[in-house]
Amino acid sequence: MEAIRPLNHSQRLLETLTLAPLRSTSKAFYLLVAVLLGIIAWGVYAYSLQLRDGLILTGMRDRISWGLYIAMYVFFVGASMAGTFVSAILRITKAGWRTPVTRAAEMVTVAALPIAFLFILFNSRQSPQWTIYKLTVFSRWESPIAWDMYALTTYLTASLIYLYVALIPDLAYARDHIGAQATASRRWFLKTFAIGWQNGALQRRYLQLAETVMMILVLPIAVAMHTVTAWLFAMTLREPWDNPMFGIYFVGGAIFSGVGIIVILIALLRKVYRLESFITRKHFLYLGYLLAALAGVMFYFNVSDFVTHAYKLRGDMSRYLEEQFTGPMAPLYWAYFWGGLVAPIAIVLLPFTRNIAGIVVASVLVNVAMFIERYLIVVGGLGLPLNPYEVATYSPTWVEWSLLAAGVAVFMLIVVVILKLVPALAITEMMEENRLGSNHDSLLPPLGERPGQSLEGRRGAR
Amino acid sequence: MEKEANYQRWQASRRRLLKLMGAAGAAAIAVPLVPRLLTKEAGASSGEPATEEPATPRRLRRWAMVIDLRRCDGCQGIGKPPQCTAACVQGRFVPEPMEWIEAYEHDLPGGGTQFLPTICMQCQNPPCVNVCPVGATWSTPEGIVLINQERCIGCRLCMAACPYERRFFTWGEPPVPVESHFVQYSPEHQIPMKRGVVYKCDFCPEMLRAGRLPYCAQACPGKAIYYADLEEDVATNGEEVVQLSRLLTENAAYRYKEGLGTRPRVYYIPGYGEEVGRDPYTKGRLATEWPWQEKTKGAKQWKRSGR
Repeated sequence: MEAIRPLNHSQRLLETLTLAPLRSTSKAFYLLVAVLLGIIAWGVYAYSLQLRDGLILTGMRDRISWGLYIAMYVFFVGASMAGTFVSAILRITKAGWRTPVTRAAEMVTVAALPIAFLFILFNSRQSPQWTIYKLTVFSRWESPIAWDMYALTTYLTASLIYLYVALIPDLAYARDHIGAQATASRRWFLKTFAIGWQNGALQRRYLQLAETVMMILVLPIAVAMHTVTAWLFAMTLREPWDNPMFGIYFVGGAIFSGVGIIVILIALLRKVYRLESFITRKHFLYLGYLLAALAGVMFYFNVSDFVTHAYKLRGDMSRYLEEQFTGPMAPLYWAYFWGGLVAPIAIVLLPFTRNIAGIVVASVLVNVAMFIERYLIVVGGLGLPLNPYEVATYSPTWVEWSLLAAGVAVFMLIVVVILKLVPALAITEMMEENRLGSNHDSLLPPLGERPGQSLEGRRGAR
Repeated sequence: MEKEANYQRWQASRRRLLKLMGAAGAAAIAVPLVPRLLTKEAGASSGEPATEEPATPRRLRRWAMVIDLRRCDGCQGIGKPPQCTAACVQGRFVPEPMEWIEAYEHDLPGGGTQFLPTICMQCQNPPCVNVCPVGATWSTPEGIVLINQERCIGCRLCMAACPYERRFFTWGEPPVPVESHFVQYSPEHQIPMKRGVVYKCDFCPEMLRAGRLPYCAQACPGKAIYYADLEEDVATNGEEVVQLSRLLTENAAYRYKEGLGTRPRVYYIPGYGEEVGRDPYTKGRLATEWPWQEKTKGAKQWKRSGR
């Protein structure tokens, strides 16, 4: 039935724009990939040096024995959290505006989790295959690192399935509409991974069932993932980390920074793929509101954490708080507090900054700030001396910065490659919404004005 | 009608899916346990080197240590760096900047100081053992916490977990003296040293078993360090043999950071070196040296804090 129905203007535009990167590849794409590969090659060089000479090339030493690597691990787990989590929350709450956003969000998760694992490997001196072998064969379920590994692999598997299930109709759509100019290998890829999707009634039913099951399953898995990452710290006896609140603190922070990453990614998609008609101001505003609300939550967590510690000043907490508020850590801490928590709220609430550019800026601020926060948690927590001695210092070396850059580059490369292989937006879902919308021959109708955009509504219309 | 049939089909498939998911969940829980059960049956316990079970159960030593701070002046009196550290460094080929036993100078109320030789506390609720992801560190029945450096992956979670900061990492290529190469590696003496793994005091169990005092206790000029056996209730500093329980009780011994619940096997008798004639207002001690390292070549040395 669907195939017979002629495409209206906005559907044609959607098809052209989303299938364009699959049909042809521009020079800019190769340039970007070359630049990313260059950064990765530099990282490989730095890593080979680290493997040869040991972690002596880093700024870490016995007293501050974790640094950038673990901060980056937490950062990328945080990035992964929001992707699938936000997508699932939006699906479950049947937020009608979610369709152009979910694909981007799910891609972030799938790309970020392997990078998080990469930083665990960087943090160890031994060869990566040896580390993986030992972590697998001798795994001790009592250890927080083992929990991390179980959670990470489970979450990655679930996220891949979740991303793929939603992709099947789009892959089939691309398979049917890509046209003859696509290369044979691309047609083979689409044909294979569309696994014979014909949009039949039974197929649709199974797909919906799978989507429902997955979106409910990934929620607890995502929460577990970030909670056990927090427990890596909270299971120790170090005073700043010895905090029952750490789990939710990290979950909140993860969703916060993850929403920021989604905003940045859809802003880039919108610019590069010229998707202005589909990813609109409204999407940025809604994600911006979410960002501001989460900034409020993080603000509350910070206040509640510091007030309960500062009121009692048990043990060495006065020293720790002094270091955070007025000592050597203070510039970083206040940059995080004002730049990452207060500024985003202000940007989203003030009418003259409440626009796409403003919200993208807020998202960048949030991510820089959340990186700082994780750095402060790792280094600040270890920097609090447990014996009387001169306070130890830590400053990352070029090797650590290089591996950080390489990790970010691999993350971007994975996203870019996924975007080259599959449509960037959920085409079929958006087409269907457009067909059900009242306004047929214009661009997709404005949000919030569409009847029957919920799942029930759609089912009824069918 | 068709609607009804569709619904029933959907119900059935959902039930099947739920059943499948349940089975998958059960399998996911059970599968990681399988290798464990297999190794248990094979009799190999994880992490520990295989030890032969003696035919008649022998008495199990439960090692402990008492440090009498009244006799510790940080070696100010002899004008040398702390001799416990020096002997440990020299005897065990401990590389710079590790100090497995380290005399920290704590402030006393009133402005004076005391020296607190801090060693691996051999906790009976060891946070480091709890967090190890690969079982590379464990508690022996004798109460000592050991590390198997061949198993260690160098993640340093144990170092983050240790509230006494008594674990050290080989950040660079550790210097290995010629003598080390003649020794078969064992967690009980930890040589020859490897790079990228964690080291700490192991209580010199081989010396204890041979009836000798470990290096730190031998070298202490004030005889402040007692090795003890909780099983036989006996303690000795090499000069006298005393009843452990009496020594602890009569001198109001305490354990470092007892409030953390780690249950250390190292006890301290409060003091500031008064028995060896130290004035608590004389501050400072000489820095530890690592003279044996001059004999080794090609080692990549590292300092305490970065760069």
